[in-house]
Amino acid sequence: MDHFLEMRNVSKTFGEVAALHHVNFEVGANEIVGLLGDNGAGKSTLVKIITGYHPPDPGGEFYLKGKKVEHYSVARARDLGIEVVYQERALADKQSLWRNIFMGRELSNAWGRLDLKTMRGETQKLMSTLMGFTSSAVTPESAVKTFSGGERQGVAITRALYFKAELIILDEPTMGLSLSETKKCLDFVSGIKAAGKSAIFIDHNIFHVYPVADRIVVLDRGTIAGQYMKDELTLQELIDKLYLVAQTGSLNGKEKDA
Amino acid sequence: MSTGLASGTDLRDSRVVQKSPLVRFLRKYPLQIGIFFVAVFIWVLFLIGAPRTFLAGDIYVAFMATTPYFAMMAVPLTLVVITGEIDLSFGSIMAIGMTAYELVYKAGGGVWMSFVACLLAGLLAGALNGVIVVRLGIPSLVATIGTQFFWRGAVMVLTNAQGIGMTPVQGTILYPLLVGRIGGLIPAQFIWTIGVAVVVWFFLNRHRFGAHVYLVGDNLESARLMGVNVGRTKLLAFAAVGFAAAFAGFVVSEDVVFFWPTLGDGYLLNTLASVFLGGTSVFGGTGTIFGTFVASFIIGAINAGIVASGLTGFWTSLIYGLIIVVSVALQTVVGKRLS
Repeated sequence: MDHFLEMRNVSKTFGEVAALHHVNFEVGANEIVGLLGDNGAGKSTLVKIITGYHPPDPGGEFYLKGKKVEHYSVARARDLGIEVVYQERALADKQSLWRNIFMGRELSNAWGRLDLKTMRGETQKLMSTLMGFTSSAVTPESAVKTFSGGERQGVAITRALYFKAELIILDEPTMGLSLSETKKCLDFVSGIKAAGKSAIFIDHNIFHVYPVADRIVVLDRGTIAGQYMKDELTLQELIDKLYLVAQTGSLNGKEKDA
Repeated sequence: MSTGLASGTDLRDSRVVQKSPLVRFLRKYPLQIGIFFVAVFIWVLFLIGAPRTFLAGDIYVAFMATTPYFAMMAVPLTLVVITGEIDLSFGSIMAIGMTAYELVYKAGGGVWMSFVACLLAGLLAGALNGVIVVRLGIPSLVATIGTQFFWRGAVMVLTNAQGIGMTPVQGTILYPLLVGRIGGLIPAQFIWTIGVAVVVWFFLNRHRFGAHVYLVGDNLESARLMGVNVGRTKLLAFAAVGFAAAFAGFVVSEDVVFFWPTLGDGYLLNTLASVFLGGTSVFGGTGTIFGTFVASFIIGAINAGIVASGLTGFWTSLIYGLIIVVSVALQTVVGKRLS
């Protein structure tokens, strides 16, 4: 199978704590992977390694589009088309909308002089298309702190889309969203699939993950406890298995070679 | 000036305009408008209190000569405060810069080479603050209290507490260039201060560096997650303050034609007050160069204003403090109304 991303034997320890323990993980081309796991299972650590925020412990291997990756960083991950929508909603509240959209990737000339006109213009365009802001009270100059939770999520998702991501990682994107906002968010994940891109969808709520994911990976205490193609099991079976994992730490049988 | 040094720019996009241009302008620049009205308010107070002094031109020339001493540092210090850090060591850096001047000059380096040594020493001392804060993770409040004492001590040890006359500089172009009187009236250092403000404004509002300064101060974690080089941004901000402090130290010494090893003592509070009175948030993420620039001149005027109003020196501190507290309160209220 053609993998967009492949991790072999990746570990991450913080001091004495092994957050990830010899994990093998992959994301196929145009595949939506649902990543489930309890608090402290290592979901966020895994994501932060993929985005270049945390360097993994030496010994693991990391391939993108079949090529081994060295000297990885946040900037490099972005160049390779990996975008994240963080649960902390990595936004700078007091800054304007356009500054948030272009955060860390400001358009500028060779000397670093900002291209304000283009950034404001693009933001204006994105607002009326992707973000669906209709109120004329909101402008590219509006501070993000004045937005609602859903709107803020929209900003983070729009930012990922705008920069033509190949793999979009959604870290608990539905947290704190209203019912209609959640639906919008899930539609967006389906949209990623339709657009031929890949995604990793992390959520506590399996009712959100199950309908949109192609494959479900269960992480427990720093290891992959099991993974299933969605057509292999029903929602009820998945729920039962998650209970089992939470209690025993293993999924008995059915475990595929990860 | 109110638009030239303000934080935003002209908006010419095609969106629907519902509010009047005036309201939009007010909402766009609440901090700048706040400090502007504070300045006018205090000026009117002084006009009433001491009309003879404040209706004459002399006092303004005096302001233009002495306020730049600390305004030149307050402007880059705004960057450091926006990143959510603080620098308390710039007073000592003024002196360590001039110590480098003295040492190089006494070694036969000549005025120009000594001048360059002065600026370089300031730049390095500022960068060292940045390294301590960024690499070692020591809070800047603590780190720069430490370097403040360290550099002051280094000045005393290296100069043996002996100053140096600056008369040789009077023979070079540096003297008229930095502290001369333009047209026999305007102090050159005032023009330099405007120059510093314009350059720093450009980097803060029109350059990637400034965009990162705001992001780092607003939400450090977000900035890091989005690939902003947090460490480099803070380090550059600290280095800029060090550089400006050395330059200001040179200007002060040249203006009084002597380098006193105590140079820089007494600038700490004026400079910090200028930044905070100018509307820059101590929590980071917001602040304007225009605000700091105007606030510097308010701070610079207060002393003279109090004395000229016929109050004795005993009143100075009391009124000084009162004006700062009332101004900041007034500005906060005005700012909240507008935004």
